[in-house]
This record gives sequence, structure tokens and C-alpha cells, in this order.
Amino acid sequence: MAGLTSSLGTRPGTPMKARFDIGRLLLEGRAFLALIVIVAVFSSLSPYYLTVANMMTMSSHVAIFGMLAIGMLLVVLNGGIDLSVGSTLGLSGMVAGFLMQGVTLSYFGVTAYPPVWVTAILCCLVGGLVGLVNGVLIARFKVPAFVATLGVMYMVRGLALLMTNGLTYNDLGGQTAHGNTGFDWLGFNRLAGVPIGVVVFAVIAVVTSVLLSRAAFGRWLYASGGNARAAELSGVPVRIVQVSVYVFSGVCAAIGGLILSSQLTSAGPTAGTSYELTAIAAVVVGGAALTGGRGNVRGTLLGAFVIGFLSDGLVIIGISAYWQTVFTGAVIVLAVLLNALQYHKRGRRPQALPGGPTSSLARAGQTLPTRPA
Amino acid sequence: MSAAVQIADVSDDVVLSARNVVKTYGSTQALRNVDFDVRRGKVTTLFGENGAGKSTLMKILSGVERPTSGELTLDGRPISFSSSTDARSYGVSIIHQELSLAPNLNVRDNIFMGREIRSAKGVDFAEEERQVRVLMKGLNQEIDPLTPVERLRLGQQQIVEIARALSINARILIMDEPTSALSAHEVELLFRVVHDLTARGVAIVYISHHLEEALHITNHAVVLRDGVVTARADVEDIDLEWIVRHMAGENFNLGTPPEQRDFGDVVLSIRDLIVAGPVRAGPPVVDRMSLDVRAGEIVCIYGLMGAGRTEMLECIAGRDVPESGSVLLCGQNVARLSIAARIEKGLALVPEDRQRDGLVQTMTVGRNLSLASITSFVRHLVLSSSREESLVDESISDVHIKTAGGWAPIGSLSGGNQQKVVIGKMLATHPKAILLDEPSRGIDVGAKAEVFRILAKRAEAGLAVVFTTSEVSECLSIAHRIIVMRRGRIAAEFGADATKEDIMAASGEAVVAA
Repeated sequence: MAGLTSSLGTRPGTPMKARFDIGRLLLEGRAFLALIVIVAVFSSLSPYYLTVANMMTMSSHVAIFGMLAIGMLLVVLNGGIDLSVGSTLGLSGMVAGFLMQGVTLSYFGVTAYPPVWVTAILCCLVGGLVGLVNGVLIARFKVPAFVATLGVMYMVRGLALLMTNGLTYNDLGGQTAHGNTGFDWLGFNRLAGVPIGVVVFAVIAVVTSVLLSRAAFGRWLYASGGNARAAELSGVPVRIVQVSVYVFSGVCAAIGGLILSSQLTSAGPTAGTSYELTAIAAVVVGGAALTGGRGNVRGTLLGAFVIGFLSDGLVIIGISAYWQTVFTGAVIVLAVLLNALQYHKRGRRPQALPGGPTSSLARAGQTLPTRPA
Repeated sequence: MSAAVQIADVSDDVVLSARNVVKTYGSTQALRNVDFDVRRGKVTTLFGENGAGKSTLMKILSGVERPTSGELTLDGRPISFSSSTDARSYGVSIIHQELSLAPNLNVRDNIFMGREIRSAKGVDFAEEERQVRVLMKGLNQEIDPLTPVERLRLGQQQIVEIARALSINARILIMDEPTSALSAHEVELLFRVVHDLTARGVAIVYISHHLEEALHITNHAVVLRDGVVTARADVEDIDLEWIVRHMAGENFNLGTPPEQRDFGDVVLSIRDLIVAGPVRAGPPVVDRMSLDVRAGEIVCIYGLMGAGRTEMLECIAGRDVPESGSVLLCGQNVARLSIAARIEKGLALVPEDRQRDGLVQTMTVGRNLSLASITSFVRHLVLSSSREESLVDESISDVHIKTAGGWAPIGSLSGGNQQKVVIGKMLATHPKAILLDEPSRGIDVGAKAEVFRILAKRAEAGLAVVFTTSEVSECLSIAHRIIVMRRGRIAAEFGADATKEDIMAASGEAVVAA
């Protein structure tokens, strides 16, 4: 036995990846397949669908809730949920609108016009602060994530509405005299033909992907989402990880708010309503498990594009908005069914080696009975 | 067996009996041709070490499992229980070690859970309450039917379980380790209830690790070892030594008793550690515990369930905050540090429940192995995969994990190999002292021996090892020193030359007032 062990264990260059398996590949690549099917079907139905211009337009739509989805992914990997991101997106836009109008500091008797980059950073800080409140409520005071972020969702939306009594900031252009022009850069400019919003989205996605796969933080996140108790006993700072993911999610939502208000050159207090649900849908369609510990950025990106390209495609071929809702819902249900199939199959995998009472029951986190023999 | 013939003579008393019961799980034989009788108005106690087959036999008697072969007879007629519910309808009830009450519901609702008395207007709560009062009166207990179960003490919760069994007209009550978490006073109370029940003709099957306690309550004793009944007798004819002799028998060699050698300096030193119990103002689970462990020394902590072993180890590792006392690692007090900081300083814990506390099921074998030492292979903020891979491969060969590779899902491993992953994970942090809570729990004897071999090897290299066990034979395998814990305190301390009898006697609870 020892001989077998060492020959298997120390074989040099044993790859740290799974074996090739066509069925599993189809199952795990389902979001990608769905995306291909969606593009193929709509291209055949409309000549405008598969054009560069349309792709760019659709991508800039995806970028906004895709930002939320990436933040949401981290929260979901941790085993939590963040319902406040839609509101945070709205608040971020409102804060940007407020700052662009100039801040009157009555104490000094002056009106300050912060430059656009300062505005952007302050918006991100606001988003991070909302996330911090979520994180502290959940990690420190043990409020269930659903309830904590639900409450924060209402509070943040209320604050956004209070800022203007429900009115919209219509002019985010700034004035050359105040040195705060350029807010529309984020929404209108392009880099090599790609909208800046999409570029920002791509950068965030790459950074997050590296964070998850290459940094210790990512490993901590997967571990604490998979089994917080085991992670804690292995020295993982589970509380810090938990607070961080909500802060990260809040910042992502704030960036989403900046891009949206820049695209619209206006900021409304109700912007982003129900976006949190779209973000959750993207994460789920992307194959992440809401129980935590499973999922990745690639899947979430695919999920976001599936949902975005589907609903925009339905608009292009002229299907009513009500049917869009039905279709989107059906895609989510299908995705969850396939998720259940994937993880259930894994959970019931027969034991390769005899001798242990590692039943699916045990894996479900229940206490093991003493062994029978 | 002559004893079995004797039993047949007094069959008029026997209500439930098992004959030639065999139970196999895969390739392991849990029970081999077991004969067992339960008598009206008597307490029959089943003795045996962990894994001797006690629980399996109880599961068969209570309908949870069906025997591979052999038969059960109830009141002289052959019977086959299709489920525990079926068995209950015949009057056979089991009370498990882990109580099956809903803590948020009150006593009445727990007792009638799933069998609510219905009237035209819905559930007849008044009638249920009346019946509960009658039951409690019969048991001489003052437990209000409307008290939520979570507000009751554990002993009272046990009474509620018993009352529930009686409310289904239980004639045969199987009690699996009922006293393991009870205070002396509660044990006394429980025993009074057991006496009342037997006087009413209820047959009791009793399982306990507390040998003296069991001897005190039982009428008959049956000893199981490795799935075979090795002895049976009436309580008048036996003593503690008789039970231990028949329980222990020959055992698989789990490692040779170590030769005495010079240990290094004290690595881990615990001073007057007190850990509060689950009940506020109740007795502490760890009561002024002090212990020194030197480099290279292996200390075994033996104790029954509820003796405070797990709580002590988790507190030392930083999971729980102690009421008072200090934990010194190489002379430095670490009692205020986080778990991560303690691991960094060289103090590692292998938890008791590897599914719940040891493994991340969503990650691969390799990632589980490297989890506790991630920071050691971070370079410029990113993980070095080559370093990680070499660490994983090293661990796999070091602790002999039988796996297809680091990328294999953790669920593909057997229990013993999963346990080795948890141990390997903590050993990879290069600890100075390692605490292992029941490292042999739920793993087969071969893996057990291997785990002990790994520990012995590491100890030779200077690691201080503390492990707990509830199997006496394991105390005598590799430990240099054996500490017997009882009710949160050190009850006795032995060298490697201790005998099973000494250890068991020291751990047994004091005889309850007659």
C-alpha cells in the first residue's frame, strides 16, 4: 500500500486539473453553449443582431449589471447574498450627480467642484461603505445575509431618493470653467472601438479572476464558502474575508452606477432597481452554487452575457417586454436545474476506495455515526 | 454457548430476542451470530468498546437496520421490523445518544410530534397536555408540558424522550449512552426513572461507557467484542474486572509502546484552564486543567464523552475563549491570539469531526492539504503553484494518502485517507505541538495504525503530540503518558506501562448513590 501511495503521490508533474470527460465538459460548458445558441438563433432572425455595433451596444448593457454580478459572485462564493447592490448602484449615481453640481461649503463660503476622478473615487468609497455596513452586520453581528442586505437595500434606496426628493440630476456634463468636465467619457468614449464601460468591466473581471485563482484571498474565499468552520480552524481569517466580499460588492455596484449615469448623462434615484436580481441570475446561470464555495469569474461573465444577449435579442426581434421576463426567468430556472444536476452527481459519486463512512449524508455536513464494525 | 441455553430456560420473561444475527457492511462483518435477549422488567446492558457492534445491534433491535441473516422474535413470534416507526408500533423504542427533540417546541408538542391528537377543531392541545401531565406524573417528574425543550436541562430532555417513548406504549426501551452528558444528580434522577419503568414491566436495553454506573443499574450484562458475544452473566456474578477482561481481549496492534527517552523542553503548557459549560452558571466543562507537554512527547487523553476533551483542545487551539487560565507555547502566552496566529507560532489542531471541521468538501485534495499553509507559498501577492504542488505532493507521500493526485475531489477519498488529509494539512504548517481530537474516529483499523505510525515518527523528530481517544487500546499504543480526564479534570495519570483496567477504572464515573 505504501508503495502504491508514493508512486501515485510523488509522480512528478501530476497536473492539478481534472481529467477530460465529454459529458462533464458539456455540463460545465453549458453557459457557453447557451451563449452560442442565443447568438446563432438571433443572428438568423435579425440581420442587425450579429453586427459589431450591436455587439458593442449589447456589451455595454451587459457591463453594468455584469459589474454587479462580479461583486455578487464573491459574495455568493462566501455563501452569502447581497440584495443591496441595485440600490448602491442608484446611490452611487446620485452621489456623482450631487458632486458634479458643486458642493457648497457654507463654512468657507465657497462652492467646490471636485474633478471627475475625485467624484469617481468618492462614489466608490460610498459603495464600499455600504458594503462595509453589510459586512459588519453579517460577520460581526451574525445577521443573516439575506435580511441584512435586504434592510440595507431599502435604506440605501431611501437615501438616494432623499438626496433630491426623488428628482433626477439631468446634467452631469460639468463645466469647463469649473474644471469638472469629462464625466461622459466613461459612458460615451471608446478605446479601440470598445466602449470604456466595457473596458472597465473587462479589467475588473480580469483582476477579480486573478484574485480568485492566484491570490491567497481567493483560496481563503473558496475555503470559507465551502466550509467556514474548517477554514477557520485552518487559520483562514474568515471574518475579514466575509467583510471584504461585501465591501468589494459595494464598490463594484458603485462603479456600475458611475458607468450607467455616465451613459445616460443623468442620475436618477431609482436607477438600478431590481438589478440585484439580474446579478444573482447571472451568477447562478454561470454555474455558481448559492451554498458557497463553487463558481468562477468565467462562468459569471458567461451568465451575464447569456442574460444580456437574450433580452437584447428579444428586443431586436420585437418580442414584448413581458415575454422577455418570462424567457429570462426560464433561463434561470433551467440553469439552477442543471446546477443541481451537476452538484448532485458529484455528491453521489461512489467511493473510489473502501473503508470510510463518507456517505452523501456525511457530506451534507451531518455528524458521522460511529463506524459499524 | 452454555449461557445461551440457560437463557432459553427462563424464556417466559423474554420479550424480544435475537438469534444468530449477522450484519455485514460491504466486506466488514459488524455482527457475527449474535444471540441477545431482552427481558420484561429487567435492565440488560450491552458492554463493548467502540466498534464492537453495540450500535449495530441496537439499530437492528429497533428496526433502523435489518439483519443480513438471523431472526428476531417478539413475544415468541418471529418478527421483522420494516423501519423504526414500525418497531415503535410494536412497542420497541430507542433513545439515541443525540436526542431527537425539536428544541424550539414545547414538551407537549415534542411528545406528540407527528402523532398529534386531532379533533374536529384541529389539534386537541388540551387533551395532549392532559396526557403529558399524566405521563410526567407517572415518571414522578415536575416538567411543565408547555416549557420549551431548549429551556430544560439535558437530563430533563432525556426524560421528555422517555415520556415520548412511553406515550407510544413502549414496552422495550433501548437507551444508547443516556448518561454521557448528564451531571451526577441528573444520572441519579434518570436511574430512579429506570427503576420505576422496570417495576412497571418495561424492558430496558442499556448501553454505556460508564462501566460502574451501568453495573449499578443493570440486571444482566452482555459483552460484545468485534461483533461476537464474548460473555453474558447476571449482575450478581460479575464485577468491573470481569467486564473489562471480556471487553478488551486481543486487539489489533496499533503501534508499539515507546521506549522511555529524554524529551526536549516543555513546548505546550496549559495552566489552570477553565472553559465555561453550555449552561450559564453550570459547572465548567474544563475545570482548572493544567498540563505540560515536552518536545517529542506523545500524550494521550482518555475520557468518556462529555469529559471535556474536545472543549479543552478547541480552547487551546483558539476556537473558544477560556474563562480563565493560560496557554503557553514555548513559554509565550498565546491565549489571546487568533487561530491563525497560533498556527503561525506552531500550534495546530486536528478537529474531532473531520466532515464538519476538518475538510472543505468543495475543494480538491491538494487545496485542502495546502489550506493551512497558504501564506508560505505566496510570492509577490500571488500563489506560487509550483511551490504549492511540491508541498501537496510532499504531504501526500509524507502521510501516505492514497489518492489519484492532488487534483482529485476530496469526496473520492476513504474516511481514513480524508483523516490523513486533515492531519497532513496541519503537519504542513510545521507545528511544534499538534493536538488531535479523536484522530481514529470512524476510520478502519489499518488507517488507524498508519495514523499512529505517522504521529510516532513526527514525535521522534521532536513534535509534541496530544491526542484524545475513547478507546482504551489506543491509549496503550504510542503514548508516553496517559491522562484520564473526567468531568473536566485530570482524574489520573499513567505511564506507558498502565493497564486497561487501571485506565477504565479511573475514567468510570463514581458509583451513584444507591
